[in-house]
Formats: sequence, C-alpha cells, structure tokens
Amino acid sequence: MQDLDNHPAMLCSGHAACPGCMEALSARHVLARMGPDTIAVIPPSCMAIIAGPQPYSSLKIPVYQPTLEASAAAASGIRRALNATGRGQTQVLVLAGDGGTYDIGLQALSSAAERNEDMLYVCLDNEGYMNTGAQKSSSTPLYARTSSTPAGKLSRKKNLTAIIAAHGVPYTATASVGFMPDMLRKIDKAKAMRGFRLLTLLVPCVDGWGLPDDGGLRAARYAVECGAFPLYEVEHGTRYTVNHRERTRPVAEYLAVQKRYRGMSADETARLQAEVDAGWDWLMRLEGREAGQFAP
Amino acid sequence: MNPSATLLLNGNHAVSWAARLARPQVVPVYPITPQTPILEQITEFHARGEMQAEILTPESEHSVLAACVPASLAGARVFTATASQGLLLMHEVLHYAAGARAPIVMANVNRTVASPWAFWPDQTDSLAQRDTGWIQYYSESPQESLDSVLQAFRVAERVRLPAMVNHDAFYVSHSLEAVAVPSQDEVDGFLPPYAPAQRLDATIGASWGNVVTQDMFCRHRQEMQQAMDDALLAAQEADRAWGELTGRTWGLVERYRCDGAVAVVVALGSMCGTAREAVDQLRAAGRAVGLVKLRLFRPFPLQALRAALHGVRDVVVLDRNHSPGLGGILNQEVRAALYGIESPPRVHGLLAGVGGVNVPPQHIVKLVQDAVCRAPSPQSTWA
Repeated sequence: MQDLDNHPAMLCSGHAACPGCMEALSARHVLARMGPDTIAVIPPSCMAIIAGPQPYSSLKIPVYQPTLEASAAAASGIRRALNATGRGQTQVLVLAGDGGTYDIGLQALSSAAERNEDMLYVCLDNEGYMNTGAQKSSSTPLYARTSSTPAGKLSRKKNLTAIIAAHGVPYTATASVGFMPDMLRKIDKAKAMRGFRLLTLLVPCVDGWGLPDDGGLRAARYAVECGAFPLYEVEHGTRYTVNHRERTRPVAEYLAVQKRYRGMSADETARLQAEVDAGWDWLMRLEGREAGQFAP
Repeated sequence: MNPSATLLLNGNHAVSWAARLARPQVVPVYPITPQTPILEQITEFHARGEMQAEILTPESEHSVLAACVPASLAGARVFTATASQGLLLMHEVLHYAAGARAPIVMANVNRTVASPWAFWPDQTDSLAQRDTGWIQYYSESPQESLDSVLQAFRVAERVRLPAMVNHDAFYVSHSLEAVAVPSQDEVDGFLPPYAPAQRLDATIGASWGNVVTQDMFCRHRQEMQQAMDDALLAAQEADRAWGELTGRTWGLVERYRCDGAVAVVVALGSMCGTAREAVDQLRAAGRAVGLVKLRLFRPFPLQALRAALHGVRDVVVLDRNHSPGLGGILNQEVRAALYGIESPPRVHGLLAGVGGVNVPPQHIVKLVQDAVCRAPSPQSTWA
C-alpha cells in the first residue's frame, strides 16, 4: 500500500477504527510522513484502540502506551534515552487525544514545552472524550451537546495552540484532513524541525458529533471555512501565520451538518458566530505583529 | 574515574555517589524535602562533568516516573529519587513501572505523609506502596544506602523489576558518617552496562502497554511473581558479590545477638540502630534478647524470617508507620509470615516512633521488658 506522494504506509489496514473515522485518516498521513525511524507514544484514547490489542499492532513502528496524563513526560523519557544511547536521529511522536492533551495531560505537556523537549506532539482533537462515549473536554466548543453536557456546554473551547505557543516553542500549528496539502506540508515542516513541536488536528468524530459515515471530511472543511477552526502556524511563540484566509460560510452551516448543536436557538447561533468572529479578529491582529504579542 | 576513598557523607549524598557510580543514562528528578540533597548532589556531579546522564527536571514526581518507565524500556539505565508526597503522587506509575518490567532504581527518603503536614521519619509512604511490584530495601545507615543502591541495580536488571531503596528522613538522610566509596572500576565490574535485548527501538518494532486479554494479564502477574521469587536469590547473590568486592555484606534478614534469644525485636531502617543499643543493654543485664533487621521487605524473605524467629518465645515488632484501622504494617506481615509454624512465637505489635516521635534505646528496653510479661494483643498498640 502506498500513501500520497509515495510514502510507505505505516498504519496498516484491519485496525479497529469506526467506518469513516477521520482520526485513522489523519494518523495514517502523520505516520506515513514521519516514516519508520520513529517511536510513537499513544495514551488511552481512540488512537490506542486503533493501534490494536496485544499481540496485534496496526502501526509498523514501536508504540509505548503511557497513562492518560503522562504522554509528554513519557515521550521526554524516550527522547532522552534515545539521545543517551546514540539514537538521537529517531523521532519521538505523540499521538494523543484532546482529553489527554487539553485536560489531564496539560501539566506534563506544559513542562515538556518549557524544557523544549525534542518531540512532535500531535493532538488528535475530536473535541471530547469520544472513546468513553462522547463526554465534554475543555476542547469541546460552546453549546456543544455531549453525554456530560446534555443541555449544551456553557464554556468556551480552550485555546491550546496559543497556550503552548506562549511557551515560546519552535512550532505550534493547527491542521485538518479537510485541507490535505496544508496538513502534509505542516507535518513535513514539523518533522524537519527540532525541539518541541505541537500539531493540533481537528478530527470530526462520526459517532461523537453525530455525522453520517461519509460526513467527516465535510465537517472538517466546514469547520475551517466558517472560521470555527482556523488553520494557522505559530513559530517561536510570536510569528503567527494564517494559512486559510477566506471565511466562506456562516457558522450555522457548520452546525447544521452535525448533531452536537441540535435544538440551538437563533440567539445561541448568533452568539457562537460572534465568538468565532472575535477569535478571527484576534488571530488577524496577531498575524500583523512580529513579536511580543501573546493571547489575551 | 574515581579511586576508592572514604568520605564523610550523609545518607543522601551517599545515595548520590551510588547513583554516580552506577552510571545511569537518564535521571528524571524532582525536589522534595528531605530528598532534595540527592538531586542537588547529582546535578552538581553532572555540572562538573563527572556524570554523563541525561537529567530531566519535569514539573512533578508523576512526570518523573512517567519519564523513567519508557526511558528504561528504551534501553537506558534509569535512576531517580523522591520522598513522601512525591512517592504518593507516583503511585499509579509505580504499578505501571513494575508491570512494564522496567528495572528503574529509586531512592525514597521515608517521610510522614500529609495531612497534617510534617517532615519527620515515618515509613508509611513506602510501606503503602508494598503492592506495586517494586523490590523494596530498607537501609539503616549512609554506608548501607550507598551499597544498597548499587546492589539494587544489579538485582533489578537481573530480574527486570524496579527497585526502591528506602532510608529514614534525617536519621539517615541527613546524618553524616565515614562512608567507603568504591572506585568506578570496582563498580563497573559489579554492574556491567545495561543492554536489554528487548527494548523500544525503531529497528526492532516491539511495543508496550496495549490492551491484553484476561488470561494474558493473569499470566503476566504470574511472571511478575516469579520475578519477585527470583529477586530473593538475586538479592542474596548481589550481597555476596558485593561482599567479595568490598568486604561488606548486609544480608537480607540480619540477626543481631539472636543466639539463644527468647525475645527478638523486629524492625526496619534506622530504628534498627537504636534497637541494637537496646539489645546490648538488655544483654548486659542478662536478658536473652536479640534483633532481627529486615533489610529486604519486597520480596518478603519469608523463609529467612521464619528461620530467624524459630524457637523464640516473644517477638516485638516496632512499626514506624500506621495503617489506620489495622495498626502496624510490619506487624501484620510478620504475623502472616509466621502463620502455621510449630509453636509459633507470641507477636507483640507496637506502634513506636510514628510521625517521627523519638524512640531512644531506653524506651525500646522498656517496651521489650513490658511485652514479654503479657499476652500479645491482636491489634498493634501505641507505644
């Protein structure tokens, strides 16, 4: 099996992802681009299920599965062990969910970023605890219904990219399988760098978002096109670059393709639109500056 | 390369010297009273170019141990140190490390666990981790701590289980004595480079941690049990080999003046030093009393303990720890170990020195004198 641009596949078929899973598709490309000289760290998550039960593995590279909050610390340990034993060229790759990153893993993540540990940390962000049946995480957006916020979440989505960018790390970026060339370019760019790199991929969850089996890519595209999930990069904590500049849809169209926002009032939709607009304005202002401006 | 030397060291710095001599390749570490001098001495060695390890300073003890496990699985020798709350914060990762069969060596300075907040010697922190699958040593002196850390590496790597070397806050950690520090060459001969065939490596492809079936899990636990059984022999072997190298052996269960003893004190760690004084006083007064020091607590040296206490009338267990609702942890372990032997001794469980309360030799003398005059209580008693 050959991947795009003739990268040998590192994720094998026969894994346990749901039909139409955007996470498997995202991971497939990340792994193919990272190549065989890589060790993966995968905490408990959908990705751990996709990686397969003992004695099987869907990945052609070694996988270490730590406890849920410890991915960045575990990856640091592997990195240092590789460095100490003459294997400094091997890449250490984290494939973690948003729960393991935004929530329980944030402390270890911040510390690894502060130490500028040499790893690529990929957050497969499906905006909730999908492996346990779609509960809210701090990545879940405002008003989204989850099994722990059945009436809709009343707080905003945490801005992970800005938080980690504020550590001054070499590279933080967002990407999406809905915009494949941009995503592949960012994986390649991140792979070529050293130090701490964070890539957050929006992964629409067929089951958790209430999408049709073939609706993942459309949701991924709409999220970007309405501005709810902007595609951008931050280099060394200060240089912001927005990669997709056109907002061609109202937020309402993005909400309409999924079941997380069913029954929302026009007023709530308007407030969500206003929040997305404000976020966009903030990003545009940041992009205009060369130094010193962090998230408000 | 250091020549062997005798240095004036406290227990913590003796541990740092042992760590340096063991040549760990990765040392994740986090400061906590009263462990911090171990960290400071190691980072000082490192800064002076005398230790080549990768030193990691994460944000918590949890991340320290989370980094230790896969670093060890990737084929690096790993050392760390902690105390009290730090050890408690590591709890889930202690289980993880043992399950991963990662031969990490960790020094733990036994200190009270909060709340309320305190900094005194108390072994509840490590005894509460007895079921995590870690080999556990308890040390009485700086010299023993240095020797035990190096022995622990040899044992851990032989049986592929993590090992903890415990010594008491202040009584050992901050007390100075003349410590014989072996040369690097001597230690290199005792502890060859760590080179596991199975490791996390991009050219090998083996993984660790993914989901297993019930049967796989159960078999894995049985293998861990076997490794613990093997650790008993490996610990004896390491102590013997260390003796040949340095002239010092500590045993796993030490019998002090137990010949013909009708009453024997059983204790862990620095309490044993005080108990020796008490035994000497009692012997001087014509009382047939001895001490059994338990140096290895996991794996529990059942047979050795049963043999050591065979024929004794009264066993006085001193517990500097507290399991609310049960009492002394060592008391329960000793009682379980003696179950089923012929004409078993009477076991008196005494909670002595909990929270770091001072237990002078005269107090132990009195505890022994009182205990042998009464039937043992089923519970531990505050003493």
